Amino acid sequence: MLELRTVNAGYGTFPALFDLDLDVKAGEAVGVIGPNGAGKTTLMRVISGLIRPARGSIKMEGVDVVATPAHKIVSLGIAHVPENRRLFPQLTVDDNLKMGAFLKEARDHYAERLEVVFGLFPRLKERRHQMAGTMSGGEQQMCAIGRALMSNPKLLLLDEPSAGLAPVVVQQVFELVKRIRASGLTVLIVEQNVQQVLKVVDRAYLIEAGTIRASGTSAEMLASDTVKEAYLGV
Amino acid sequence: MQALLDVFDIYLLEAVINGILLGGVLALLALGLNLIFGVIDVTWICYAELVMIGMYAMYFMVQYYGVSYFVAAPLTILLVALLGAALHYLVIAPLLTAPPINQLLATGGVLFVLQSFATVAFGIDFRNLGIRLPVLAFGDMNFSYARLLSFVAALVGMVAVYLFMTRTFTGTAIRAISQDRQIMALMGVDAKRIYLITSALGGALAGLAACLLVLQYDVHPFVGLSFGPITFLICVLGGLGNFIGGFIAAFLFAEIISLGGLFSDLEWGYVLAFAFFIVMMFIRPAGLLARRR
Repeated sequence: MLELRTVNAGYGTFPALFDLDLDVKAGEAVGVIGPNGAGKTTLMRVISGLIRPARGSIKMEGVDVVATPAHKIVSLGIAHVPENRRLFPQLTVDDNLKMGAFLKEARDHYAERLEVVFGLFPRLKERRHQMAGTMSGGEQQMCAIGRALMSNPKLLLLDEPSAGLAPVVVQQVFELVKRIRASGLTVLIVEQNVQQVLKVVDRAYLIEAGTIRASGTSAEMLASDTVKEAYLGV
Repeated sequence: MQALLDVFDIYLLEAVINGILLGGVLALLALGLNLIFGVIDVTWICYAELVMIGMYAMYFMVQYYGVSYFVAAPLTILLVALLGAALHYLVIAPLLTAPPINQLLATGGVLFVLQSFATVAFGIDFRNLGIRLPVLAFGDMNFSYARLLSFVAALVGMVAVYLFMTRTFTGTAIRAISQDRQIMALMGVDAKRIYLITSALGGALAGLAACLLVLQYDVHPFVGLSFGPITFLICVLGGLGNFIGGFIAAFLFAEIISLGGLFSDLEWGYVLAFAFFIVMMFIRPAGLLARRR
């Protein structure tokens, strides 16, 4: 479904990704783990077009993502839940979700999508007229994921969904990710919380200094000495 | 004694109501400027000059070509909306990432260009529509029909903008883009397009104000100076970019001008309004309702 080949990207003259290859197949949940500053967030941003690669190709179901203008990438079926959620704090939950359905195709199915999202997150329905910025961290994360789901994506990019949340809420967020997976969506998830994320995904990539260091199924990654030593602390 | 008090009250009430009527158009002007500032984060120093161009458009259509006022008005609104979009496309868009002072200087330059253009093209004569609207007598109070019409039209314009901003996807995007511009692409929103629409909307509000002001004031190349500065004061007093603050400040200013004019000359009303502004800037430097960020 998603195919990255020898992708190089960075900020100005500062390079963040080197010759990175990555694949996500339809129906899969794939994790990306690695230390701070390894390029995980850059990877997400380069897929959704927030930054453009210097070199390399990105294809979504055969369509060239690099050649697509940033605001049209959503219509390829890629929805990105950015790091730190990035809700519109002074818009209501309703208006935030409305923004998620800005695309013409999504607009036409606005009411249906809203039902789906409220079904997944009943809490958002209770809070629909509240300013998004006044909700708790967990609720904001629900809203951010809900907003991304409004466009009816095929592939959901989740960037550190558990960051900055209380441990109990982190559990809830991973439960949510499982439910989203179960609904048939393909998920690419970046996480610092290695132990948790490996329970949710089928496969994972370990990324360090902008390149893939290791990859494999969750079980393989859990058993891998590199991962164990560096990230699981055992 | 009793008779004296009655007369005084009537005049006072008349002045209060006239203040409210004046506030409507000022609020409309402030809304347009606040919209541009709040969403695009630039200040159109030449905002009142767009109004001036609109007033000339009205004058020529109605007086010169004999178009009916109600046909000329939507055409003028459309023209100034296009002018606003052009201003964004030609002047602001290339300077979007430039330091704010450069943007100010650029729109300040447009102010002089528009004034000079009007001087060369139309001369410095004072012109008016030649429409004399009746004065309404209500009890012992007199109200200008033009002011009443302006007030109602300004309110309708503001309600229309409110509905557009809250009910439509594009309006919601305009509110969202002022809060987080970078991630708009993730929503499938083309930020450039939203900025262009916002600029056209700001222009349309200037166009509507032009249609209303031309009923009460003569048009000449420097007419923008009569209400440009006061519009800026209103926006700053209300908190730049804050729509509700601008609305309240517009009526506050209008009342001070109107009541000040009651006790002395109209010019003193303006002096009082400016003095009030200076005092308020010491008390609340960020404006009545400072923008929450």
